[in-house]
Amino acid sequence: MTEALLEVESLTVHHGQLCAIDDVSFTQREGEVLAVIGANGAGKSTLLRTIAGLHQPTSGCIRLDGQDITTLSVNRRVALGISLVPEGRRLFSSMTLEENLQVGAYHANPGPFDIKRIYELFEWMPGRRKQSVWQLSGGEQQAVAIGRALVANPRVLMMDELSLGLAPIIVEKIYALLPEILAQGVSILIVEQDVSQGVNAADRVHCLLEGHTSMMGTPAELTSEEIDRAYFGAGLHNLTADSGVLE
Amino acid sequence: MIWLNIVIQGALVGGFYALFACGLSLMFGVLKVINLAHGDMAVVAGYVAVFLCPRLHVAGLWSFLIVVPIFALLGYVVQRTLIQKSIDRDPFTTLLVTFGLSVVIENLLLELYSANGRSVNIGSLIGESWHPASIIYISYVSLAVLAAAVLVLLALQLFLSKSGIGRLIRAVADDQEAAQLSGANYRHVFGIAAAIAFATVALAGIAYGMMTQFAPTSGGVNLLFAFEVVVIGGIGSLWGTLVGGIALGIAQQFGAHINLSYQILAGNILFLVVLAIRPQGLFGRRNSLA
Repeated sequence: MTEALLEVESLTVHHGQLCAIDDVSFTQREGEVLAVIGANGAGKSTLLRTIAGLHQPTSGCIRLDGQDITTLSVNRRVALGISLVPEGRRLFSSMTLEENLQVGAYHANPGPFDIKRIYELFEWMPGRRKQSVWQLSGGEQQAVAIGRALVANPRVLMMDELSLGLAPIIVEKIYALLPEILAQGVSILIVEQDVSQGVNAADRVHCLLEGHTSMMGTPAELTSEEIDRAYFGAGLHNLTADSGVLE
Repeated sequence: MIWLNIVIQGALVGGFYALFACGLSLMFGVLKVINLAHGDMAVVAGYVAVFLCPRLHVAGLWSFLIVVPIFALLGYVVQRTLIQKSIDRDPFTTLLVTFGLSVVIENLLLELYSANGRSVNIGSLIGESWHPASIIYISYVSLAVLAAAVLVLLALQLFLSKSGIGRLIRAVADDQEAAQLSGANYRHVFGIAAAIAFATVALAGIAYGMMTQFAPTSGGVNLLFAFEVVVIGGIGSLWGTLVGGIALGIAQQFGAHINLSYQILAGNILFLVVLAIRPQGLFGRRNSLA
């Protein structure tokens, strides 16, 4: 439980002139759910995309199991066990449900998940596997996107804005799957704008504000006022002085 | 009977156009690269067939067995070096680079082989045809080229829909980033797509050399036809490419029937009409390849 799996150290990422992530550090431990929360534009998606290899950081370092992966290509990182469910799901729109999973499985690592196992996880899928993905609802598409990332048998499953554009009941169902995924030895890193979802599901929470770390801790340690302040930035300067919430 | 003949001759030429255009369509659909040297690659394949194969004692008819694999390899290498480098800069660079490649190839061929027309020697087969009715002559070579086009498209369709690598090619065409996140090395996938495109254009170049004569500058006009075929049929649709090729062929034959000088004009008019009425092409769907 306490093994460091994914370490992000002093990560700084620029989009052109804009500094999207500024000196962010955290550690994802084996077998935990870590939630990165923050408002729109706080740099959450950039953080996940940089860990996945889609952006190159300006400085800083990303390690998996102690191995520096900062300069590796996206597909090399997938092979080492980092999979990202991208924001907006990004399914292959010309393909069927099953073909989407087959693409994910083509370069899969050995492990507990295969297409059959995904079909057990999402029982509605087998009956609709030949359907085009654009015929599926948003929640179903999100499930396919998760399945496509899971069949690669990642060690860290990163999920970007799971709840975006989905009905609350669907979001609840997707979050209810997390324990089952964790039980297979997959650690989970989620990014959420929906604070309550993120906080409820997570073992630890990391809050970003305009690219900086504004707070981190376990949900039990944090009061909702503290979270609000870290999320919206109100009274940030006082916060650093007194409570030591900002590490 | 005259009209039937126009349709038949148009369809026969259309088979060649489809064979010529499918590589262009694949390159654009997957790599988003418009290869302006596509036509010149076909011409180079013709020259290789004319000059290399006799030295290896391979008959003209079978030259594709040697030339096609060479071009597949060439496609992979050119993609991984020259074209990928320009993709990495920006999309406009790929236009400049492939245009430059086209100029270099044409001039190199002129320098090496002069402007004389050449053709792939297939002996007496060139003149033989099937004569089913009074004025209808179906050239065996043209028929074989049409059959080859259908076979190539069928094989491509099967490959893209049933094989793992084929699915990766479609995945990269749909969403390159998402394909990378699924573990695909997109540069390698691009290389494979380019290898297929070069292999088909080599086949088209040899077919052209069997049906008629080519010269170092023959690539340009055929590239124009290939563009028209892809637009008429719909970008990214393989069967659209065949239908587009046949439609262009028939339009040209029809124009030529009215007046020989209207041949190319009629094709261009069809192209413009399709572009105006159905810009996505006859079989064009968004985000699809197979």
